[in-house]
This record gives sequence, C-alpha cells and structure tokens, in this order.
Amino acid sequence: MSTIESPRPAVILREAAKPRPRWQVILVRPETVTFLLLIIATIVATRLSPFFADLGFILESSTYYVEFAIVALVLTIVIISGEIDLSPAAQMALSACLFGTAYRAGAPIPVAILVSLVSGLAMGAFNAFFITVLRLPSIIVTIGTLILYRGLAQVLAGDKSIGSFPGWFVGIDYRMIGIVPVPVMIFIIASVLLGLFLGITILGRQIYQIGTSEVAAIHAGIRVRRIKFGLFLASGLTSSIAGLLTASRLGSVRYDLASGGELTMVLIVMLGGTYIFGGRGSILGTFLAAWLLVIIATGMTVANIAINAQLTVMGLLLIVSIIATNAIYARSQR
Amino acid sequence: MLRKKLMLAAVLGASLFAGAAYAADPVSIVYIPKNTGNPYFDSIIKGFEDGCKTLGCEFTTVAPASAEATSQIPFLTAQIQRGVNVVAISPNSPDALNQVFDRARSKGTIILSVNSDMPGNEDHRDAAILPVDFTKTGPSQVELLGKQIGYEGEIAILSATTDAPDQNVWIAAMKDTLEKDPKYAKMKLVTIAYGDDDPQKSTTETEALLANYPNLKGIISPTTVGVAAAAQVVETAKKADKIKVVGLGTPNQMRRFIENGTVEAFQLWSPYNEGLLAAHFAVGVKNGTIKNEPGTTFEVPGLGKVTVGEKSVIKTQADLTTFDKKNIADFNF
Repeated sequence: MSTIESPRPAVILREAAKPRPRWQVILVRPETVTFLLLIIATIVATRLSPFFADLGFILESSTYYVEFAIVALVLTIVIISGEIDLSPAAQMALSACLFGTAYRAGAPIPVAILVSLVSGLAMGAFNAFFITVLRLPSIIVTIGTLILYRGLAQVLAGDKSIGSFPGWFVGIDYRMIGIVPVPVMIFIIASVLLGLFLGITILGRQIYQIGTSEVAAIHAGIRVRRIKFGLFLASGLTSSIAGLLTASRLGSVRYDLASGGELTMVLIVMLGGTYIFGGRGSILGTFLAAWLLVIIATGMTVANIAINAQLTVMGLLLIVSIIATNAIYARSQR
Repeated sequence: MLRKKLMLAAVLGASLFAGAAYAADPVSIVYIPKNTGNPYFDSIIKGFEDGCKTLGCEFTTVAPASAEATSQIPFLTAQIQRGVNVVAISPNSPDALNQVFDRARSKGTIILSVNSDMPGNEDHRDAAILPVDFTKTGPSQVELLGKQIGYEGEIAILSATTDAPDQNVWIAAMKDTLEKDPKYAKMKLVTIAYGDDDPQKSTTETEALLANYPNLKGIISPTTVGVAAAAQVVETAKKADKIKVVGLGTPNQMRRFIENGTVEAFQLWSPYNEGLLAAHFAVGVKNGTIKNEPGTTFEVPGLGKVTVGEKSVIKTQADLTTFDKKNIADFNF
C-alpha cells in the first residue's frame, strides 16, 4: 500500500538560535573570570609590596594552601556530580591523628602511613554508605561526619600534639623538584591527571551527566550510585594524603589540624567557577582558583595588610565569582 | 651556644659586607600576637612602640584572625620575606611553628618568644621573654580564690585554647597546688572549660559551668578574655555573692566589675613592660651590645637590671600584681 504517499509533514521549524560564535564558547566561561582575577591579583600584589614578586617565596607560601587545594580538586568532581563533601578537613585531621597515634604506639612510619590511608578510605566509605545506600543528602551527612571525625580525632589525640617524627618524614614542603616544593608538584600533577580524567574519559563525562540530571543518567544506564561511592572514597583517600602532607610540613599533628579547611576548599572550588548545583565546572578552574587564593593571601600578608581587610576581600571575591559563574551559565545554556 | 654566636657573627659580617648604605639601617622588629582584637596584646604592642621610639628601631605588628595553632605561619613567612631582623611572637602552639622558626633563623632572623615559651622546643627560638616568674602564677591564683571562698568548695577553671602552652603550664601548677598543699584540701576542681579566648565561647562555657555545677564556689580564668566573660556572666546571673571569679585580667577590662563588686580581686603583670623589655633586648642582641646567653645582665630604663636566665629565658617581673578596689585606679592598660 505504498500508493498513498504519506504527505511529508510540514516541518514547523522554530527559528533556531544561531550557534554562538566559537570565540564566545572558548572565552566566555567562568575559568576566564578566574584567570582574569588571577592576573589582576598578581599585578595588584606586585604593586602592594616590593617583597612579593619572588617566585621562591610565592611557592613557599603556596605550601600552606596547597594541601587544601589538592582536596579541592577531588571536591570539584564531587560537586560536579551534584553532591558535596564538607568533611575532608576533618578527615585530614583524623587520618593524621591516626598516623601520629600509630607512630607513637611504635609502628614504623610506612605502616603508620598505611593506617592513615586506609582510614581515609574507610571514612570516605562511611560517608558514601549514607549517601548512596541510605540516600541521605550529602550536605547533611558530611556536616555530621565533619563533626564526628573531628571529635574522634580529639578523643584519639587529646589536647596534646603528637610529634617527634623522624627527620626524613618531616618537612616535605622543603623538598624541592627544581624550584617547586613537592606538595605543589603533587598538586600540579594531580590537576593534570584529574583534568584529563574529567575531560576526556567516558567516566568523566558520565560524572557531568549525573550532575546535570541524575534521572537521565540512570536511564542512560550510568551506574550512578557506584560512581558516587567511588568519588567519596577518592575524597577520603585524598584527604588522608593531604593530612599526611600537613603532618610532614608541621612536624606534628593535633586534632585541630586543618580546622576550618572545608571552607577554604569550597571557596577554591567556587572561585574556580564550578556550579554548586552540579553538572558544570572544571579542574582547570579549581587549579587557577587555588593560585588566585595563594596570590591574594600571600600578597596581602606580605604587604602587612590587616587580617580583617584580607577576609573582606576574600568574601567580596567569592560573591563576585559566584555572580559571574551564574551569569555565564545562565547565558550559555539553560 | 657557639652556633648562635657564629650565626650572629655571620649576620654582622654580612651587614658589614653589604656596605655603608646598610650600616645605618635601623633594626626592624615585627611582633606577631596570638590573634587580633585582644587588648592584652595591645599593651605589649604599646611597650614595643615606646621602646622603639627611644631606641630608634622600626616596629610593625601583624596578627592572624584566629588563635588556631597554625594560623601564624603565613605571617611569619611573609615577615622573613620582608627581611625583618627580629620576629617577636606569642606562639599559638608549642611545636607547630618549629619548622618555620628554624628556617627563619637559618636566614639570620632572631626569633623571640614573647609572653609564653615553647616548652620542650626551646632550641627553635633564640630567647623567651616572659612577663613574670610563671612558676608562681598557678599557686598565686589558687591562693587568691581560696582566700575569697574560705578555702572550701567546688571550683572550675576557664582557660583559653586547649593547646595554649602558658595556660596548660599554669593549670598544671594549679592542680599540683590543690593536690599537694593541705591548706587547699577542701577545694575541689570539678572541671576545666575552654573558651578559646573568644568572648562568645567563653560566655557560653561559663553559663554551662553555672548550669552544670550548682554548688560552684569559684572560677579561675587565667586569661584576659575568659575572666572578663566569666565576670559578665556572674554579674548577669546576679550570683556575685555565691560565685567568686578570679583570674588574669587587664585593669581596663575589669575596672567595672571591681567597682561594682562582682569581682573582688584579680591579678596580672604589666604586658607593657614585656614589650618594652623585648624591644631593648632585640636591639641589643642585633647590634651586639647584649650577649644572648644565660647570666648576661642589661639595663632597661624604667625596669632596672634584667638578667638572662637558663635557656635564654627572661622574666620581666618577679611576682604577680594583684588588682583590687584599692589600687585599680592607678593602672590604665
């Protein structure tokens, strides 16, 4: 019955929006804002104090923030997947205190390090269990474990610090590769690897999909829960590594190690233009934002600018970057 | 000690080498208190400023927002980068700053621990300037409270942060005195609360003390923020007749409570003198006129002869000053 030619349906074409010009796609993105801020901050800092423009000094100062920045890289991926983890700083403290306690109890350093790394995985798994199995909101769960892990660290270590680690373990921030301190090098390498992972692997793209629409991701056959579980494990492991870096830098551990660090981490991720509701963001943005934080904090500190002025600047910057991020995302799609 | 001397010689040598242009440069001193907004440290700063006015040194002060163990580290690094000669610091931790101190000293910066020492880590700083003979602080505070409550009843301590080295030394001495001296056998220490040198937290902690220990007779708060907060809570709760507050406070902060009878007496030393002495010592050591070794004596105008003690510890005054209704009008800091 092919005689009756079904009439071609009249195509009711909606006037399609012109594709955005290529330069806009490449340039109008939150990372550009972060990059511009970074350049402006560097220029301002150089003008503020003659002591600032010294690469060795900037790299040395960056070691105080780079531990948080390393965790912020993983946190970026967690936030892109539509979740959040507020417990990494507390995980740093607890895993570092476990390391210290194990060492004090007579374990050799490599064993103590292993204890710390395993504890990081365990804490990550604990978070992940509540979030992916019991399906509780990650913000509530990790606020809870933030307090829990910090509390356990205090129970474990008491009010005293644990120290006297052997010389080879202490001072990783002063071991250099070229002129770059080891922790900074770890941050750079981790940025490249995680950037590639998120940008070009299938798993990486699936994480964006989960953050954009979890329901759609499930229907598309993405193993959402398994991936999220993995992300929280990664967050725990990275936190324990950062905790060990801090322990090595300070030469001692205490329960209040990295206290308040969760806010610094979230600040870095937000400054880097990652969308708090998931689905958008990049490792490049977080990488640039970490340096932005280093430049601003170091620049103002070396210029002897009072701390309350410093905090004000940070707060304003965060608001500016969030407004910019939202404006750009609203413009580009949605 | 030999290393210290060699280092000093090296620094002096280097400054000679640098030429005449630098020879006239004044000694630059920076002071890093525990945190901002603590009036106690403002008095130390005033002492430094006045000292530097007469000595002709350059003085600046910078401080972190919180008294958390590691918060001073970026400031310290920045000051080394600025090339200051002397860093005076009231450390927030007895050991977290060790690594940074070592680096600073390897670059020729003199590190003075002001107002508290770093027990067990004296090797990491050049000298410590303490306000008073601290071994007397704990017993003296216990006696001050004991006298007011008839040496009987439950007492509590409201401290600063859990890791503050000075606080813990004093608390240990208080416990020791309470245990060993039969005079205080009927005084029972029920708990130690930590207000983190934060007015809000200190207030909350004191309120909790009052609620949890209805038989509480007295509170010792050996920190200026804590004692003022505790006095305020007791005043608000109208329990000044039942609960005695003693501690270490500054006259300006405590004046109101002394005058209205909430607090009978409190103690302190003069933080101003510490700053003054530290400035003189710093300039002397930097210029080579004072040797930083035990037994050295030097003159500080207004304070008399000062002796450098064991482990380069310098005590600004011997006994605590007690402030009460009779003498508080004489002090303004």
